[in-house]
Amino acid sequence: MSNQNTLGENLAAMLKGGVIMDVVNAKQARIAENAGACAVMALERVPSDIRRDGGVARMSNPKLIKEIAEAVSIPVMAKVRIGHTAEARVLEALNVDFIDESEVLTPADPFDHIAKSDFKIPFVCGATNLGEGLRRIDEGAAMIRTKGEAGTGNVVEAVRHLKMIKKQIADLKSASKTDRSVFAETERIPVELLDRVLEIGRLPVVTFVAGGIATPADAALMMSLGAEGVFVGSGIFKSEDPAKTAEAIVQATVHFEDAALVAKVSEGLGDAMSGQNIEELETTLASRGW
Amino acid sequence: MVVGVLALQGDFAEHINILHQLDVDSLEVRTIDQLEQCDALIIPGGESTVMWKLLTETGIDQVIIKKAREGMPILGTCAGAIVLSDSHLNLIDITVERNAYGSQLQSFTDRISIENIGEIEAIFIRAPLITRAGDDVSILAHHKENPVFVHKGDILVATFHPELQESCCIHKYFLSEVACCSIEA
Repeated sequence: MSNQNTLGENLAAMLKGGVIMDVVNAKQARIAENAGACAVMALERVPSDIRRDGGVARMSNPKLIKEIAEAVSIPVMAKVRIGHTAEARVLEALNVDFIDESEVLTPADPFDHIAKSDFKIPFVCGATNLGEGLRRIDEGAAMIRTKGEAGTGNVVEAVRHLKMIKKQIADLKSASKTDRSVFAETERIPVELLDRVLEIGRLPVVTFVAGGIATPADAALMMSLGAEGVFVGSGIFKSEDPAKTAEAIVQATVHFEDAALVAKVSEGLGDAMSGQNIEELETTLASRGW
Repeated sequence: MVVGVLALQGDFAEHINILHQLDVDSLEVRTIDQLEQCDALIIPGGESTVMWKLLTETGIDQVIIKKAREGMPILGTCAGAIVLSDSHLNLIDITVERNAYGSQLQSFTDRISIENIGEIEAIFIRAPLITRAGDDVSILAHHKENPVFVHKGDILVATFHPELQESCCIHKYFLSEVACCSIEA
């Protein structure tokens, strides 16, 4: 693994225990930083608006990304479309800190994800299961997040993906050598990478959760299931009181084991974003990518 | 001896792992009660803005200052250096500039030479820069003429990340030379 990739994994380690918040402009970025976000994610529209408006969702305008980067001192991430190497090169040229190759935007390449090892800048990618996470790591991702189902305010898919990864690791640990080889071959991942994962009993990079986290209790739930940190998208700026909701989610992520504190910060937040049932969705974003 | 690691945000688990390797008792610190049980403290890497907000909201900052005055040894790495500097807890007479090297693309590793320890490969991630150190602060290592590892009394500060390295030498130095605790070498 290249030195630069290791540096990206190191930056991911610095984000642990924190909340990364979706922002669409400099004003929101400042609110997020003041509320205690450990990084901001720049994108053109939050997932629930992408869902509502439809159309093609792309990388954010470079001007907006620059304004966001100038507004805050914490790391700045930005999203690119799956497989869109040129958008990624643009973000690298803009000197952001991390790139999210994201299913929330409209995929650009029906065959391949970005060859992330070719870049100096680190990438985070979504995964719904172990094989998908390891394919992204094999391509050079320095950090993994669950896909969840973005823009729904429904945490069930994030729980499903995090538990699925853990369950597959546990099952494969007790599986025969042949079954492991078959898994590696079917999932198109190197056996050595799978062996390393089974030896350490977890993904070899920092693993956050994303997709549907809308309340402080949602964040506490994900942390209690072993997430190392949380991405919150529409959950903050689609709530009634974004600054207060953002602060409360930060507190609940840090003090997830302290239920009294989670209760206290959850009081008087006003309405959370309205949620959607997964079965009623016309498009599931988690099924984008492979 | 119990070494607390501030666990509000950042790479506290990496520090705990190293303490574990050195067979030293450690405790994750998120509350004042937990801090009160500690004989020494490590402030890890992470985002200093987040750590500072949570430190001041919980009142842990005041207890760190109180315990530091009573002689509690403290090691700060990267964000920990910022938190210990004159703009925050002011427990060591240094001025620190955040993200002084730039963004993640300017993160790097390089060899540095440390008095009494030797050469190590130091990892700098969106690192801060010590722009001023008081006359009585000992500078233990430089990188390109900038101080990156400094010591005064009970406080030890690194702008890099010893917790991300395989070697435990910086933690050993902290425990033996600053906290004066005997450890298995």
